[in-house]
Amino acid sequence: MPKRDDIHKILIIGSGPIVIGQACEFDYSGTQACKSLREEGYEVVLINSNPATIMTDPMMADAIYLQPLTPASIKEIVEKERPDAVLPTMGGQTALNLARELYLDGYWEKENIAVIGVDMDAVNITEDRQLFRNLMEDIGITQCRSRTAESLLDAKEIVEELGGLPIVIRPSFTLGGTGGGIVWTADELERKVLRGLELSPVHQVLIEESIVGWKEYELELLRDANDNVVIICSIENVDPMGVHTGDSVTVAPTQTLPDKTYQRLRDAAIKMMRSIGTFAGGCNVQFAVSPDNETLVAIEINPRVSRSSALASKATGYPIAKIATKLAIGYTLDELPNPITGVSSACFEPSIDYVVVKSPRFNFDKFPGVDETLSTQMKAVGEAMAIGRTFTEALNKAWQSLEIGRAGLGADGYEELDPREVSHRLKHPFWDRTLQIRNACKLGASVEEIQDITKFDPWFISQIQTLVTLENKAEGKTLETITYDELLELKQHGFSDVQIAWLLSKGGDTVHEDQVREKRKTQKLTPVFKMVDTCAGEFPAQTPYYYSTYEGENESVKTDREKVVILGSGPNRIGQGIEFDYSCVHAVLAAKEMGYEAIMINCNPETVSTDFDVADKLYFEPIFWERVMDIIDFEQPKGVILQVGGQTALKLGKRFKEAGIHIFGTEFEWIDFAEDRGEFTKFLTKLDIPFPKYGAARSVEDAITIAEEIGYPVLIRPSYVLGGQGMRIAVKEDELRRYVDTILKTHPENDFLIDRYLEQAVEVDFDSVFDGEELHESGIMQHIEPAGVHSGDSTAVIPTYTLSDGVLSTLRDYQKRIAKAMNIVGFLNVQYAVKGEDVYVLEANPRSTRTIPFLAKAHDRPEAMVGVKVMLGAKLKEFDLTSKLEGWAIKEPVFPFDKFPEVKKELGPEMKSTGESIYFMDNFEDEHFRKPYEFKNLYLSK
Amino acid sequence: MTNTPKQYSARLALSDGLIFYGHAIGVPGSVGGECCFNTSMTGYQEIFTDPSYFGQLMVMTYPHIGNYGTSAEDDEAAKVMISGLIIRSFTERYSNPSADASLREYMETHQLTGIQGIDTRQLVKHIREKGVMNAVISTENVSDEELVAKAKEWPSMAGLELSQHVTRTEAQSFPAEGESVYKVAVMDYGVKKTILDQLRARGCSLRVFPAQAPLEDVKEWNPDGVFLSNGPGDPNATAPFAAPILEWAKKESKPLFGICLGHQLMALSEGCAVDKMFVGHRGANQPVQNLSTKLVEITTQNHGFAVKEDAHIEKVATVTHKNLNDGSIEGLRFKDFTGFCIQYHPEASPGPHDSRYLFDEFVKDLAASS
Repeated sequence: MPKRDDIHKILIIGSGPIVIGQACEFDYSGTQACKSLREEGYEVVLINSNPATIMTDPMMADAIYLQPLTPASIKEIVEKERPDAVLPTMGGQTALNLARELYLDGYWEKENIAVIGVDMDAVNITEDRQLFRNLMEDIGITQCRSRTAESLLDAKEIVEELGGLPIVIRPSFTLGGTGGGIVWTADELERKVLRGLELSPVHQVLIEESIVGWKEYELELLRDANDNVVIICSIENVDPMGVHTGDSVTVAPTQTLPDKTYQRLRDAAIKMMRSIGTFAGGCNVQFAVSPDNETLVAIEINPRVSRSSALASKATGYPIAKIATKLAIGYTLDELPNPITGVSSACFEPSIDYVVVKSPRFNFDKFPGVDETLSTQMKAVGEAMAIGRTFTEALNKAWQSLEIGRAGLGADGYEELDPREVSHRLKHPFWDRTLQIRNACKLGASVEEIQDITKFDPWFISQIQTLVTLENKAEGKTLETITYDELLELKQHGFSDVQIAWLLSKGGDTVHEDQVREKRKTQKLTPVFKMVDTCAGEFPAQTPYYYSTYEGENESVKTDREKVVILGSGPNRIGQGIEFDYSCVHAVLAAKEMGYEAIMINCNPETVSTDFDVADKLYFEPIFWERVMDIIDFEQPKGVILQVGGQTALKLGKRFKEAGIHIFGTEFEWIDFAEDRGEFTKFLTKLDIPFPKYGAARSVEDAITIAEEIGYPVLIRPSYVLGGQGMRIAVKEDELRRYVDTILKTHPENDFLIDRYLEQAVEVDFDSVFDGEELHESGIMQHIEPAGVHSGDSTAVIPTYTLSDGVLSTLRDYQKRIAKAMNIVGFLNVQYAVKGEDVYVLEANPRSTRTIPFLAKAHDRPEAMVGVKVMLGAKLKEFDLTSKLEGWAIKEPVFPFDKFPEVKKELGPEMKSTGESIYFMDNFEDEHFRKPYEFKNLYLSK
Repeated sequence: MTNTPKQYSARLALSDGLIFYGHAIGVPGSVGGECCFNTSMTGYQEIFTDPSYFGQLMVMTYPHIGNYGTSAEDDEAAKVMISGLIIRSFTERYSNPSADASLREYMETHQLTGIQGIDTRQLVKHIREKGVMNAVISTENVSDEELVAKAKEWPSMAGLELSQHVTRTEAQSFPAEGESVYKVAVMDYGVKKTILDQLRARGCSLRVFPAQAPLEDVKEWNPDGVFLSNGPGDPNATAPFAAPILEWAKKESKPLFGICLGHQLMALSEGCAVDKMFVGHRGANQPVQNLSTKLVEITTQNHGFAVKEDAHIEKVATVTHKNLNDGSIEGLRFKDFTGFCIQYHPEASPGPHDSRYLFDEFVKDLAASS
């Protein structure tokens, strides 16, 4: 069936601010949906309150509404735009729940708006656990025994029916398993059932028998209006049942299923998808398989594009959201070509000839006191994906991608082999279990012993054991004695030069990673780049999507165009999320528009920057020195852009400089200098610009002396951190002592500063772009919360609302003088504290910041693009820089405290929010202003 | 070629001179054959034992092979049919509750020679661009040139009658599962076990005849219908064996069903042309559209020859199924007699079960004619 011509204008609902369980994957899906609809000639109307999304950029839709995701907003938009259809499957659970609410009210029907991409009755079935259960029984799909409870009494009865604890709790209609978990004790049961009942919007929880330790699988499906169904990707969880799939290390395709069992999963998935109403689009089905007898049970089905679909898209190359959108408007799969090959059909099941490993990224360090064991409620804030030709290669690359200071799965100098600690961390599902398995192997544990404790499939354990065997083999060698073949074998298994250097150092002299690299290069041991093509090489493909490995043939063809490499921001984490990917995408577009070949390097599967049709070339690789340099060595770009990817990319700057690689924009010395808070304050002194009194310290004693000099409360600030990591306010000596101890443990290598904390000061964030002559004011934002609350956690208002003209002109004066003195070319963000008429500089960031996308949306002006183009040589006068902002725009942060019930909500200099939304207001009576204003001091803590 | 081990224990030499250096797996020795690739990510054991692959060197595009071991019930025939195995990464340690041996043990039991640790993707792209060609895997200490010469000398698949090597030597009977409703004569050119299972599950009791069984034997058993199996080699070479039974079945109005080689044999018997393909279809993800329902099936395929689409086809048959990737003919229903045939493998194994309804269609034909 060709596309529908009875609809012309389609409303897409976005997913709103980033929260745990719902991250930038919905910018990826929304962006693909917009592109997909517009290329078919439909008008697209979009609602999303998240300003840091590409989907809300003016080029993506015909009308964009940056409004709260509420029924009221939808009604207002519908009134104005009169769309013919609504597509609610691209914005996660948020969009689906919103559309469902309106559906249940009969709103869509009343307004004569077609709901496309999903069958709303089907949503009821999949979300209402009892209905779903009944349906599965009808079609003969086995499930865990379970029943829904609406009270604690119900729950207790059901537990008895199921034969006692442990059991699993799953609240109905919550996101990312919120409120769910495994219950081991009677105490826990009471607490968790009550919490689940509260969190469920329909006050229902499912009490389910526990199949902890079973193997867990996911299939990603597409279905069209003719009822054709294809499986795009199969995913196996390395962590068995009991850990939320978002918190699990996962691998694609499945590794440990024989064909007969895999086909049973496939048959069941297709049957399930066909059973839940009639709709055309994407869907995800989860299964558990008994490791003893391969009994299969269905866990759940999500009739929408999900986090796993983003992963599956990046893992296979198949653009699920784009195709799902085409199916929603009436196309059938057989009518669409495979966009990767162009020569084959989109109606097929990708075959891959590599292994993909996804590893979740956690941020427990931000939430002291949080329960770090993993369970059925998702706790990860982001994820990294790695591609290798083998599981071991991909696993090592995944650890290199995580940006937690590790150079692979162990063997990188952080050896902590306390058998008791290892065994403890194996028994309980902690985030680093793959590493602990490696440690256990290193300590001599057998595959069986580890399997017994962890319930990991022995295949995964034995693969990790292979890595340890290789480690042990290399340990006796030196840089001189290691043979070509041994080095090749290590590289083929994903070992980094850092790991190899560390292993070779064990035999004698300390070896540096550069020496390993040098040796490799002289022996011509350099990686090749292979294409992600959906078809395992069966058809020729032109997609410029590559990964590195150590094999024979290089498929990446170097062009003779001038190239710019843009470093992405890696896995999402608090303080570095979608805002940076937003800027990365604009950097790619800016570089393309300025005539360069834009080369993107990133490893976050949820992002728009890793869509194969964004950059001229995409390398899906860790933002890890060695991997980045391998690409640069091959591509020989004119330079790199590292000011848009957050701290990750910036950290590599020094080494680029040393290696003689050009960095676009502001000289690296100045970028680095701004991070060195000691040096930076000397610079401010020279400029005669005030800053809070401070002192630099290296020990507890230094810190106390300084604090006594400048007076409490003081702010403790480590250098080279993002999102205020480790920053604290101390009001007295013993607190200071405690915080400094922690910093010395986590950041022992740098000076840290003790600042006078300015009580009751107003904090101001000033983003700008400087081209050497002119300063473009991207925006001056006034925080509602007092200085001391991290800027990322503050409610910020633009334009400012209490600052005097005098203060504003001082701010502008300082900003320009700093920009000039630092020879800024491109972005400059400065944070100020304003007390009365006095303005103090807190810090300067000569890079794209978290607030750039917010400002771009507030002004309706391409701030990121302007900044990057200036970095690449453009002048500000070339741009139309008029702002379209009327009234005020507010940036409202969103916090994950609901996911961590054991953590107190308190705000301080260390960032804790996961995302933000934008809100436009006309006056200060608006509750979006009044509420935060009223509570502005409430949560300020340390 | 970069990143190639200096110490190797096995080599793969292609007839056009390309050589890969890797590590030996299975039993040592030298084996040759047509080098073809399969893109299935699961089901390696079923592929190794599929008689249609007789004499071929099999490249598995999925890099890890051996993960779930092997299990006697996954064999599609009594022996391994491929002549050599080419993979990226060999796994000895397996995980699977129903497995009874590791792949290493299996290869030893079945005397299979292989090579691992080579850039299989490069090899696949090479075949895709240059067309299928012969090759040799060897663990022996001979020169590269000698190996290439050996690959060149290896007989080409074109014109080869191979069913004689894989067919049964004597007819064999299989009861229907449950009540026997129909008697089906299966002509074994290299039939897969799962095909027999699928027929038996639908009330067919079977007698499986050797490829060159005299027509009299079949007539004597008096079947309700005739099934022509899959198998290896050039259908043009095997056609003479099938001609008498086809002629008899058509004349006697016995419903006919053919799969893969059987499909090609039925087409040949109606005067259609069957040609060797540049690169065959081998994998478990080929989209095929049923032209009457418009539904798409994801299918398992394994063929290096294909029925040519020309003016003659329409005179003798209706094209019922087409490949969505290249538009090639995947299914025919004939005009002058009750019979249809399918180029791919509706029994799957390995692969998706989307097409098993075709066995039901055959049973419907049997019902209609009885």
